[in-house]
Amino acid sequence: MAKLTYDDTGRLLFTEEMKHEYKILIPAMAPYHFEYFVHILKSEGYDAEVLSNNSFDVIHEGMKYSHNDICVPAMLVIGQFIDAMKSGRYDVHKVALIITQTGGGCRASNYVSLIRKAFAKAGYDFIPIISVNAVGLEKNPGFKITANILMKLITGLAMGDLLMQLYNEVAPYEINEGDTERVYQDVNRFLDEYFYKPPWKVFYHPQKLFERVVKRFREIPVDRSIKKPKVGIVGEIYVKYSPLGNNDLERLLRQEGCEVITPNILDFFQYTFDSSRHDILKYGGRKIVAMTYRFFIWFIEYRRNKVRKLLKKNGFRPFTSYYELREMGHDMLDHAMHVGEGWLLTAEMIELISIGAPNIVCTQPFGCLPNHIAGKGMFKKIKNAYPESNIVAIDYDTSATEINQLNRIKLMIANARRNL
Amino acid sequence: MLQVGIDIGSTTIKCVVIDEDATILYKDYMRHKSSITNSFTKLVKGIQDVFNGQRMHVNVTGSAGIFLATDIGLQFTQEVISATTALRHEHDDFDVCIELGGEDAKIIFFDGNNIEQRMNGTCAGGTGAFIDQMATLLDTDSANLNELAKDYEKIYPIASRCGVFAKSDIQPLLNQGANHHDIAASIYQAIVNQTIAGLSQGRRITGKVAFLGGPLTFASELRKRFVEFLDLDDVYVPEHGEVFVAYGAALSANETEYTIDELVDRVEAYEHREHKTVKKTLGALFETTADHAAFVARHERASVPERSLEDYVGPAYLGIDAGSTTTKLVLLSEDNAILHYYYSSNKGNPVDVVKQALHDIYERLPAKVDIAGAYSTGYGEALIREAFQLDGSEVETICHYRAASFFNPDVDFIIDIGGQDMKCFKIADNTIRSIILNEACSSGCGSFLETFSTSLGYPIRDFAELALDARQPVDLGSRCTVFMNSGVKQAQAEDATTADISAGLAYSVVKNALYKVIRTVDVRRDLGEHIVVQGGTFYNDAVLRAFEREIGMNVVRPNIAGLMGAFGAALLAKESARGKSTMLSASELAAFTYRTRQAVCRKCSNYCGLTINLFNNKTHISGNRCDKGAGIVSDKDDLPNLYLYKYDRLMEYQSNPNGTYIGTVGIPMVLNMYENLPFWWTFFNELGYRVVYSDRSSKDLYELGQGTIPSDTACYPAKLVHGHIENLIQKDIDYLFYPNMPFNFIEKDYRDNEYNCPVVAFYPEVIKANVEELDLKTFYSPYVSLNKKEPFVKQLHAVPRIRKLVSKRQLRAAYDVAMEAYLKYRYDVFEEGERALEYAKANGKHIILLAGRPYHVDPEINHGIPKLLQQLDTVVISEDSVNFKADQDLVKVLNQWTYHTRLYDSAKFVTTLDNANLVQLISFGCGLDAITSDEVQSILERHDKIYTAIKIDEVNNLGTANIRVRSLLATMKGVV
Repeated sequence: MAKLTYDDTGRLLFTEEMKHEYKILIPAMAPYHFEYFVHILKSEGYDAEVLSNNSFDVIHEGMKYSHNDICVPAMLVIGQFIDAMKSGRYDVHKVALIITQTGGGCRASNYVSLIRKAFAKAGYDFIPIISVNAVGLEKNPGFKITANILMKLITGLAMGDLLMQLYNEVAPYEINEGDTERVYQDVNRFLDEYFYKPPWKVFYHPQKLFERVVKRFREIPVDRSIKKPKVGIVGEIYVKYSPLGNNDLERLLRQEGCEVITPNILDFFQYTFDSSRHDILKYGGRKIVAMTYRFFIWFIEYRRNKVRKLLKKNGFRPFTSYYELREMGHDMLDHAMHVGEGWLLTAEMIELISIGAPNIVCTQPFGCLPNHIAGKGMFKKIKNAYPESNIVAIDYDTSATEINQLNRIKLMIANARRNL
Repeated sequence: MLQVGIDIGSTTIKCVVIDEDATILYKDYMRHKSSITNSFTKLVKGIQDVFNGQRMHVNVTGSAGIFLATDIGLQFTQEVISATTALRHEHDDFDVCIELGGEDAKIIFFDGNNIEQRMNGTCAGGTGAFIDQMATLLDTDSANLNELAKDYEKIYPIASRCGVFAKSDIQPLLNQGANHHDIAASIYQAIVNQTIAGLSQGRRITGKVAFLGGPLTFASELRKRFVEFLDLDDVYVPEHGEVFVAYGAALSANETEYTIDELVDRVEAYEHREHKTVKKTLGALFETTADHAAFVARHERASVPERSLEDYVGPAYLGIDAGSTTTKLVLLSEDNAILHYYYSSNKGNPVDVVKQALHDIYERLPAKVDIAGAYSTGYGEALIREAFQLDGSEVETICHYRAASFFNPDVDFIIDIGGQDMKCFKIADNTIRSIILNEACSSGCGSFLETFSTSLGYPIRDFAELALDARQPVDLGSRCTVFMNSGVKQAQAEDATTADISAGLAYSVVKNALYKVIRTVDVRRDLGEHIVVQGGTFYNDAVLRAFEREIGMNVVRPNIAGLMGAFGAALLAKESARGKSTMLSASELAAFTYRTRQAVCRKCSNYCGLTINLFNNKTHISGNRCDKGAGIVSDKDDLPNLYLYKYDRLMEYQSNPNGTYIGTVGIPMVLNMYENLPFWWTFFNELGYRVVYSDRSSKDLYELGQGTIPSDTACYPAKLVHGHIENLIQKDIDYLFYPNMPFNFIEKDYRDNEYNCPVVAFYPEVIKANVEELDLKTFYSPYVSLNKKEPFVKQLHAVPRIRKLVSKRQLRAAYDVAMEAYLKYRYDVFEEGERALEYAKANGKHIILLAGRPYHVDPEINHGIPKLLQQLDTVVISEDSVNFKADQDLVKVLNQWTYHTRLYDSAKFVTTLDNANLVQLISFGCGLDAITSDEVQSILERHDKIYTAIKIDEVNNLGTANIRVRSLLATMKGVV
């Protein structure tokens, strides 16, 4: 059994030994993307699993082990994990939790600390927590972001983005109900082969795999003669993507007869690098670091460009490039506002409007600080510049009820139909 | 063909039948008391009676109709769309429509073809349900509230964010004896403010305005408040206001077509369908009847004996608990038996209630019984003591402990859930070790259950009774009342039984107490073995049982659970009795009269709203923060108080009124300006600019800017910014300077980062995007960090107007001088902190570290709490006056906000002082404080210090703060 070792601040470390003995648990967030994380980790010699428990006990445990006023993502992640531990499905002495940490001025940077506190309260203080971040917080001897992991991560996220877009673009118009879902399940079966290729191969962009995916979706019989309002989802990253956090918003909107557009996750990834770069240029810092970030952004964009071309060739909507996205809304909100989703949130709203989806659900946890500024704070300006915009802000909270949310979403959809 | 519109709102259900010419043939309106399917059937049958056999298009609208319409297979139109349709049908020249419903508030802006519709967010009262709640507080109904509001003289500021907040504003007003006419009008004004602050979001409400919905249709005074406040002259109230939205639905009914009989069949089939199970359920309260019997028998053991007053001879002791909603009296015998007790809602006027109760006692009092002592406690403790000349009074926490220890001397934990508030105390070594009071925004208390039972049409007693038999209590979560309302509605839509809802609500109250207020996970460890539960809410067996089930332990509930405060006060009266009580005699009582008068204290800039109670022979003033208001010359004004010092010290930075300057720059006195002002003033002064500030914060200033606030849930300090900006715009300035500052100063090496909170950092962006009057050509909000000179100079130089007038070299020089000035300011604050510490030591005073953020020195934000602390004879220091005296280098959270690093460090410093305690000021909506408050608490508790937090918002309620601080002081002094 792996020995528990701590660093000099008393933080429990994830050790080399644990790498071989422990299972790394990933809290659920983006359903299209996170399954690949399991393959990324497994192919690198870790054991991993994405948590799938989503019963009401999750909310209950979350409530019990976190502060009243903390935002719903923290509450759900804590709840999901503690609920899983109590379920008896895992050997609690052989699991670790992995979570991303943004490291900005938003309280989300504190999720790791909050989870640690909740664990201590629940008597699980022997479970190590691995923070994944781009700013060098909390290092662990048993877990390192290698070039391999990074490459796989970029490709994995690109896969998730692609599937998310294809699914959302095809499903509303499919002629035979369930086709899209079947294809989605199908392609997932062969996509994971990428991750287990020899290291030198994962450095290449698996364009062939992507082509197979796009082809499969293209073959689904669709009827696009029905006009459906296009509705975009933006907001705080967890409630934006997580069905647990947003009461399965994508499905709800589809059921209400809309075509959903959820912007890509990789944009957020690039945005995070860009923010660090931006701060160095504005407030001082090492220029070489800024250059590195710039290279990363360029590299990811270079990869994504291949996917974009593929989409275009096959008659799907090519997503907006990060560089273009960055220019959108620059006159609305300064790029120095990059706390939480920051200017990217505003930019995504404008992107959506520009691609014919002026109907937008702006999701945020109740009391989300950055969204006071980049979300709700910008509505008026956007409305002035784009009178066709039709934005509804929905606050998510463990105790807010669906009916209240649904009623507001219905109003937005009714307006969307009127403008169709 | 006929067209039918059915509007199912949160409290009522309405229908309209129209013909092809849109003429109303039939309409109906009823309250559905939350049994929606039932009422719907009734309504449809009503239509059947008139239009038997006819075909019609049916359209459902309204939030409570969503699921019903889908399940029956009817067309559904969102209610705002229906309202819009109806309005456009009536006239095409509306500019704005305001619709207030039972639980929703909506606003529609018409602008040619461009229609903008908005609804309130999830956390917003200011609606029909809010009016009902407030009317209950005044012991009246909503119709009468309108009558009351007709004769008002004065409007009080009342928070309208939600019912819970408003209650904490209104309750003290009532307790202080404020006039009901004024309160009624103030409630309406609160709704007006809420509508503007929450919904207008920068768009002006002007032109031709339509008023829709129940409250606006029926309450003329509410309309009047809108008209006066918004200066409207063209107002439209539709003829059939109550069914107007249903009318809109009827107009657009075109999708689902039925004969009325088909419809009735469908509805009936729906009513008798297989009921789908409710999603979340909890365990039954009692598995068997034997369980119930054992439970009842066990609790009967905790009782105080009662004795007949008529047969008693000897001294008697009186305890009066003038609580927030109820008044309780206990008359105790020498051997602690209850001779008489009294329990009543204080009907908005505690003095009258107590007078009547005392009168009753005197009526019954035998000649051989003497009242030897009388004490008061609770919210109205001082008022009652003064009015009836009691022997003394004690803060309620102490009284409750006294009473609980009577039942169990080993008591470890007391939890008291009353009508409006919740109090929990941990006891160790016979002293109260920690006090937990519910925050303004988590009150799931007794009145909450009562509101629900009433709305469901049950007396509270029967409602609780029902819960005992519930098999599958609904899990309703445990946030605030507003959320709970919609939770209950959803449960009803899922056809939960009333019994299950009642039991579910009992669980909610308990969970709220355990997980939100006390925040325990391990009861035995956190609360101990000996738990006494009390307060009126625990008379409710469902709540009591839910509590025991949730913690998995049995607890003691005294038979006088609701009288414990009064009982404790009576015990204290007995302990301190010296022969004869000073209380008004029977004859004096008969002659007792009193009246109240309102005034504003102008002795300092707090401008406390005073209520002056004139009794027979003396006056009692309430609402004041300090002795000055009560007309007393006090020596306490000399006590060092860092909050007052800092505010005055900052105001010293003033440009010379006769000086010559190259231009005038306006700076809003908001958020981090309270930290950076010394820097900016000096900086601009060096560059040759005159600096003009926005006026001192006030409610009026807030209202000036409330129309442009985009996010209703932001903190009050942020929302105040809008007022300051509007105020500055009106001044004679060349440009307005309000920088974005993501980064703060680096003060300690071990911090992880030096951020400002996102709201502080980027609020200028919100201002830029939302304040229309702002001339963006003269609004400068560069992104700057004061940490490094060169990037700073670069950023400032990028501002065109600055670049035109000054060189980079001048900027550099100005930066140096300004930084010097800032450091000087910080140094002065340390010095003053030092002086305060020494003063406390020399004079044996207690120290309170009032820990907040720099902008908490704004009296509009701190609501005079520093002054209140001073008046309680303590020396007040601030977090930034002592943060260099200790290093809390290891915190369990990311130590990445400068202001919070100060919090942690100063908290650590407090643990090194014997006579000091910390009180943290927390702004409602401050997401970061969810993190910091926990951390500060754990720092303090590691060293056996009590943690006290006071949540502040726009609410101006010193009552809770007062109780908290006084209890804390009592504990510090070891007095119990």
